[in-house]
Amino acid sequence: MSTAAVIEVSNLTVRLGAFTALEGVSFSVQPGETVAVLGPNGAGKTTLIHALLGLVQPAAGSVEILGHPPLEAPAEQIGYVPQLKTVDRGFPALTCELVASGHRRSWPGRLSRAEHRETTHALSLVGAANLCHKPLRWLSGGELQRVYLARALIRQPKLLLLDEPATGIDLVGEDDMYTHLEQYQRESGCAVLMVTHDWLAAQHHATKALLLNRKLMGFGPPAEALSDENMRQAFGHTGHVHPQNREGRDD
Amino acid sequence: MTEMLALEFMQRALLAGVLTALVAGYLGVFVVQRGMSFIGSGLAHAAFGGVALGLLLGREPLWVAVPFTVAVALLITWVRDRTSLSADTVIGIFFATSMALGILFISRLPTYAADAFTYLFGSILSVSWVDTAAVGALALVMLALLPLWGRWAYATVDREAARADRVPVRLDDYILSVLVAVTVVVAAKVVGIVLISAFLVIPPAAARLLSRRFLQMTVLSVALGALTAAAGLFASYALDAPSGATIILVQALVFLACAGYYIAFRKAASV
Repeated sequence: MSTAAVIEVSNLTVRLGAFTALEGVSFSVQPGETVAVLGPNGAGKTTLIHALLGLVQPAAGSVEILGHPPLEAPAEQIGYVPQLKTVDRGFPALTCELVASGHRRSWPGRLSRAEHRETTHALSLVGAANLCHKPLRWLSGGELQRVYLARALIRQPKLLLLDEPATGIDLVGEDDMYTHLEQYQRESGCAVLMVTHDWLAAQHHATKALLLNRKLMGFGPPAEALSDENMRQAFGHTGHVHPQNREGRDD
Repeated sequence: MTEMLALEFMQRALLAGVLTALVAGYLGVFVVQRGMSFIGSGLAHAAFGGVALGLLLGREPLWVAVPFTVAVALLITWVRDRTSLSADTVIGIFFATSMALGILFISRLPTYAADAFTYLFGSILSVSWVDTAAVGALALVMLALLPLWGRWAYATVDREAARADRVPVRLDDYILSVLVAVTVVVAAKVVGIVLISAFLVIPPAAARLLSRRFLQMTVLSVALGALTAAAGLFASYALDAPSGATIILVQALVFLACAGYYIAFRKAASV
């Protein structure tokens, strides 16, 4: 079974300068699974995603994505929505061009008819078909988030890496987003790994939760991985989570 | 105008000026969109150090200034990459250092350094066929690198996405800074070191104001650059005014017109 894993991480340690961001992390993700990554600020969640993408190199341990080391994994099968939108909004571009760049892995000068069709389709998947010809700088934060999701979906990925995908999206939009994501997942068998601070989302939309605080504090079905004991360990005595918080939105 | 075109030095200046403007207009869209406008200015001043060294060594300044400026460009990019200092800080350090070296070299010259002033302010009379050929070679290199437009633009919009898609963004940073360095040096005689950075900034900025898409901005920037360079050279001949300054003033007029248009008609629209 492990040969078919979409993500196979074993004993991963990542150092950023003198700082150990991740230490001895091991887990694997199978096709069709949705893994919610949770943990306090500075727990190494984004670093984990960067390690999966090959943007940072492990100090020890190994990462395999779709059976390859990160830098050799087929990039066209990996969709990525970053947390901080590093996109330059002053760049003269239309939304459809940004989405099409997800397909081309390069900036499009001119969109072919087929690309235009695929772009519109990807945008409609996230309920944003109306944004197609809107310039980037006129998108709101939530709109940009959807557009990024469309940009990741257009390549029909086998793995989606989402860093706080719901940030900036309103509640209705968030529900829509998860509906669209789950539909795409059912059709494609794509695996999803998403960083979130939303415990409810993790419990409702993820098949597994991964609790992280530089080390792996829990991994498995959300109810088990997010047990009170694991949470106390992950968040420490100064930042323990009250039961009522876990019922509501954490942020 | 025909009388002017019959003059060999004008032919050289026009060819060198327009080719430089084409290259600078093209590179400039990346310079402007990456917020690197200062690097053109910084490398131009570094070029002064190289030119002065060439004069001191009694060599053709171009052949000394090109490697000198390219080395400074690589150093700037390398230090910026390896430290947490911001680009403008690193550029500021190397800019002043190269300028200081240039002044020191010139002070060692046995004769009056009239040549150095040609490079500082530009002079169409001084543009040789060697200079024109150098600009031509640069334009050919740029033409050969046109297929990189897509990935340079991609990394300009979203560096992290481009990295995740395996675009060699660091290598491209070095390539771009070397190209800017060479452009600045070969353009020095036509436009002058003091003004060359405008070639990399004004046409792309004017084009930005009129463009919804990056391809449109690129094409407009190249066209505006070439047109203003030609118009500026004609005006400089007609008015017997310094060529570099005249070209930049023509570019500034075009920019003002674009800005006026943008503010009046397009502010609420989607550009």
